Order: sequence, then C-alpha cells, then structure tokens
Amino acid sequence: MDKKLLKICNLESKVEEEKILNGINLEVNKGELHIIMGPNGAGKSTLANVLMGHPEHKITNGDIEFEGENINQLAVDKRAKKGIFLSFQYPQEIPGVTVENFLRTAKTAVSGEQQSIFDFKFLLEEKMNLLNIDQSYADRYLNKGFSGGEKKKNEILQMAVLEPKLAILDETDSGLDVDATKTVAEGIKKVASEDNAMIIITHHNKILDYLKPDYVHVLVDGRIAKSGNMELAEEIEREGFAKYKKEVLDESNSKSNC
Amino acid sequence: MNDKTEVNDIDRSLHEEKNVEKHRYQSAKGLTPEVIKEISREKDEPEWMLKFRLKALKIYKNKEVPTWGADISDLDMDNIITYVRPDADLQSDWDQVPEEIKDTFDALGIPEAEKESLAGVGAQYDSEVVYHNLKEEMVEQGVIYMDMENAVKQHEDLVKQHFMKLITPNDHKFSALHGAVWSGGSFVYVPAGVDVNIPLQSYFRQNAPGSGQFEHTLIILEEGANAHFIEGCSAPKYSVNNLHAGAVELFINKGAKLRYSTIENWSRNMYNLNTKRALVEEDGVIEWVSGSFGSKVSMLYPMSILKGARARAEFTGVTFAAEGQYLDTGAQVIHDAPDTTSTVNSRSIAKDGGHAYYRGLLKATKNAHGAKASVSCESLMLDNESKSDTLPIMKLQTDDIDVGHEAKVGRISEEAVFYLMSRGISEEEAKAMIVRGFVEPIASELPLEYAVELNNLINLELEGTIG
Repeated sequence: MDKKLLKICNLESKVEEEKILNGINLEVNKGELHIIMGPNGAGKSTLANVLMGHPEHKITNGDIEFEGENINQLAVDKRAKKGIFLSFQYPQEIPGVTVENFLRTAKTAVSGEQQSIFDFKFLLEEKMNLLNIDQSYADRYLNKGFSGGEKKKNEILQMAVLEPKLAILDETDSGLDVDATKTVAEGIKKVASEDNAMIIITHHNKILDYLKPDYVHVLVDGRIAKSGNMELAEEIEREGFAKYKKEVLDESNSKSNC
Repeated sequence: MNDKTEVNDIDRSLHEEKNVEKHRYQSAKGLTPEVIKEISREKDEPEWMLKFRLKALKIYKNKEVPTWGADISDLDMDNIITYVRPDADLQSDWDQVPEEIKDTFDALGIPEAEKESLAGVGAQYDSEVVYHNLKEEMVEQGVIYMDMENAVKQHEDLVKQHFMKLITPNDHKFSALHGAVWSGGSFVYVPAGVDVNIPLQSYFRQNAPGSGQFEHTLIILEEGANAHFIEGCSAPKYSVNNLHAGAVELFINKGAKLRYSTIENWSRNMYNLNTKRALVEEDGVIEWVSGSFGSKVSMLYPMSILKGARARAEFTGVTFAAEGQYLDTGAQVIHDAPDTTSTVNSRSIAKDGGHAYYRGLLKATKNAHGAKASVSCESLMLDNESKSDTLPIMKLQTDDIDVGHEAKVGRISEEAVFYLMSRGISEEEAKAMIVRGFVEPIASELPLEYAVELNNLINLELEGTIG
C-alpha cells in the first residue's frame, strides 16, 4: 500500500501583500507523527491554514500534493472530504448549532454516507467515552461558552469522529494546563494509527512529554530551517530558535529541490 | 476559497415582468364613493358598515403618504383603484403565475387546490369542507370562528363594538384605505374560560376577491380564554395586485391568553403595509410569533398595548431580506399599567443587497410603575452588499421601570464559514447552518411544524431549493 500522503514543494504564500511562507518543503507518510516548532510569527499557523485552504491565504508558488494529487486550487470542504483535518488554535463559536448536529452533518459530508440519528449517537457516545468527554457536550452549542481546554478537546473529538487521513493540529497544547495537555495528548494517541498521519504545530514542547514524534521540524521565517528527531526538540528546549534564524539567512539563496 | 459556490437566491425575473405588465391594465379612475358603495352592496352589508367605509374613504383622501421608513413611491397612489379592483383576466390565469412560485409550492408540499387558491387563480378554496370537523369541535365550546364578511352580518353587535376600534382609519393613510375597502379575513370569538386547544388558522382569507390584500382579522378573547391563531402559511402568496394593507385587531380580556403566529411570505412584488394591534387587559397575555420573508417592501410593527395590571406581551420575530427587498419591521409595546411585562426578541437576516431594518418602540406611561421590559434585536448580514439597521426607540415616562436592552448588528464571520467548511461542509450549507443557529433561539420557541417551515424557508432563501 502506498504510504505517501502529503508532499509540499517550495510552497510560498501571502496574505494581502505580505509574504509569509517562503519555500516550504515537507513530506508526510501514513503512520507518521510530525512536530513543527518555531517562534511566534514564523508562519506555523499560516502553513496549517494554507494546507486547509483558508481563503485569505494565496499560494504564490509551489505545490501541495495530497495522495499524489495537486490540491492547490481545491476548495476547503473538498480538502476535508479527501481526508485533511485542521484542529484550530482558536476554534470558532457557532451559537445555535449543537455539537451533535454539527458533527453528524460533517460526518455525512466527509464520509459521503447519510448518518442515521440513532447510529450516529452511538458513534459519538463511543468517541466521547474514548476521550473522557461528558456526554452532555453533545447537546451544547458548538464551542459556545467552552473553556480553552474544552475547545481543544472538542477539536480532538471532531478528529476522532471524522477519522481524517491527515490531521494538522495547530497549537493544540497552547493555553492548556498540565492535566488538559495530558488529556489532549492521550486523545491524539488514541486516534493515531498506521493509516493516518499527524502534524502537530507547537511553539513549546510541553506536549512532547506525552507524544513521541517521528520527525521534528523547525520553522523559522516561513521556511523549514532544520529537520530532525526528538533530539532536535530537546536542543530547541535548551537553546531556543535564535541560531536557526541565522541559518535561514545563510541558506536563503539555495532552493532545495523536491 | 477556490471553487467558490454562490448562494443563489430564487430567480425573481418573472416577477419583474409581471410588474411591467400590470401597468397596461391601469384604470385612470380614482377611488370614489361609488366604488365603495359597490363593494358594500356586493357584500350585502349593514348600513353602518357602508357609512364606516365612506368615512374612512374621506380620511384616506386627506391623509398624506408616510415619508419615513420604506420608499413606497412606486405605489401608484393616484390610481389606487387598480389595487382595489384588479383586472379579472389577470387574476384567473394559472399560466401567468411565475414558475418560481409554483416551484415553491411544490417544495413546501402545498396541496394542488390550495396552490391555485394561493396564487389567486383558483376557484374558491373550499375551506368549509376541509376544516369542517375542526370547526364543529369549537362550536361545541361556544367558539365563533368564521370569515369576516359573515361575522358582520351574523354577529353584528360584537363586530360593531370592536371593529376598527383598536386600529382606526385616523391612524395612517393605509389604515384609512383598509377601513374603506377591507374585504375578507377571519373573526374569532372565544367565550370566557374556554381553552381552544387546537390552533385556529386563517383559512377564510381566500373566500372573497381581494381578500388576501385588505383582509381584516378580529379576535376577541373573553375573560380567562385561551387560543392560538395562525395567520397565513409559509407559501408565498402571489397576487398581481401588489399592495397589501390588512389589519389585525386582538382584544385580550382579563386573564386571557392569545398566541398569534404569522409567517408572512408575500411574493416579491408586494408592498406589505400591514397593521396589527393587541389590547391586553389585566393579567392577560399576548404572544406574537412573526416571520417576515417575502414582499418587496414591508412595514410591519405589531403593537401590544398593556392596558391592565400585570398584562404581559412577548414578541418573537424573524425577518429575512434578500435581493431587492426592504423589510422594515419591529415590535411596539406600550406599558400603560402597573407591573406589566414585555419581552421582545428579534432576529433579522440580510443577504444579496437586501435591507433589514428593525424599528421598535418601547413606551411606558406614568401608570407603568413596576413594569419590566426587555428588548433584544440582533441582525446578521451575509455579505457586504446587504444592509441592516436597528432603531429601538424608548419613551419612558416613569423611572419605576426595569428595562433591559440589547442590540447587535453583525456580518457573517468568514472564519466561522471556514471552520465549518474545514469539516467537509459546503459553503452553502455552512452559511445555512450559521443562519439556522442564529435564529435557533426563536425556532426553539415555535411549535414543531412551524419550526420546520421556518427551516424550510431559510433553506429556500439560502439555496434556492430544498435539499
């Protein structure tokens, strides 16, 4: 079976006139867990948004391939249907729409199969139990009045229900206390499998106490300055990002081929 | 967002043509006492009603067209007769009814006979047969429920005592016009202590020519009575005569409770200048549920007059203005007695250049000590072309009143649409979902079948089709 999932090649993007991504190269295969670290403003969230197809972000160069198909021009909902999922740093509140109703609609859209109310209730209940989420959340309005931790758990719940092939988790651990971080990390572990892949974006490595990534990338100034393994994350923890800013400058003329 | 899908409105072009067509049939004649006499003679009315009509006509002639609110300059006021006495040929041709209207009937599952009736082209819709059983049950309880024309003759005293006492011809030009040319509508009388547990619906409105335009609804609830009246239905009522000036008068006596629900969905050529008022005595309750969808222009401000101590008014309304529509709506509440309470909850939506204007009034006289009022009006614009205003006016003549007020105007959040789309939901459905969520506090107040209709209407507005 083909393990190849995502291939990003020389990706550049801008918002209005501001250039943010500056030539990203990245390959992600099924069964892998990638961590992208980087200082504030490096373009981490932008990368997540560009991969999902946010309308404000324009691709100015490069390609995003998903399962061998170029998805540069694909609409947001169609990307989701292909199996891409974004866990938001700041999930939107949608008053008047219950978690259950929303997720049933989303599951129907993503799976292409009508979800019966009864069967879906079971599915949701099962996933909520898996993630230790109180059943009463099903009837609450989506993210409305949720605490930061509840919103992040709800994102993981959505991921568990929608079963994407590629999940991009944007700052999933930010703003969470130790217990909440642990719960979210446990949730991610439960969903992770040989058939899917995850990219976790973070600017500190609290969550790495619980998750063991296959790859760690350092994103600075809109480019991946260095890729490595867990040791790279530990080095960043000790020394920060400063030296990678310099390296980016040193290498800024060389475009890697992919 | 690439591959962007457009949220299409229903095609209105056929309507536009219809408007052009109409002018060819215009009569040069104005509205004269002779025309009024003829209307009255056809209805075989008592003399006092004819006199009332003629008096109203006089007032009508002397009143100015209101200059605030909607632009109604397209209404041909000099030839108002063309709205009152339409050309019969135009009215009776099913083929002339725009396809979009027929499609909407189909989409909403309206029965064939009712479709033709709604389009103003059918033979008279036999409501008597269909709703006979319903009526019988109510008659046993002493409830009177009939069309307005018959009520004038069969319950003359009751009608004479109440008819256009709450809304008078002096109120404004269109109430005067209504007084002169009214036709059709419903009459409901519920005796003291009787609880009508089935909703009454305004099926009578199609029984007389022009009755969908100038219909009069008169409801009287005696002490401790309880009723729910549903006006209209969610199908667009198509008429080549594009002026609607109805009147609704509701008398709620001591301890009585009336729920009055409407979904107004006039075809998009209509000037809907409707007047609705409720007078609520001691411990009485009026609950308005109001949906404004159709029409080209609407000016509609249901008024609750809380005249008796502890009387209560609740208003729940949704207004949806799409392309080419200017909907100027809002609730008016007058607190004129101690410890009266009112709650106004309004949601409006504007899309494709539509304009939704919330214009509400909260008035408390010096009698209203201990009163409580809360007003919440929110509006949502789905794009940059649409407009939305809120103008909640307050006139408080007493300090001893507790007023809560909240007004919000916002645009649909692109981030929220992106969020929903990132879960595989199409742009259209994402927007519909946000809109349904926005009106949810109101939909949850509605009886189930009505909430379903509201949902269907929102889907129709947003997608041009029911999925």
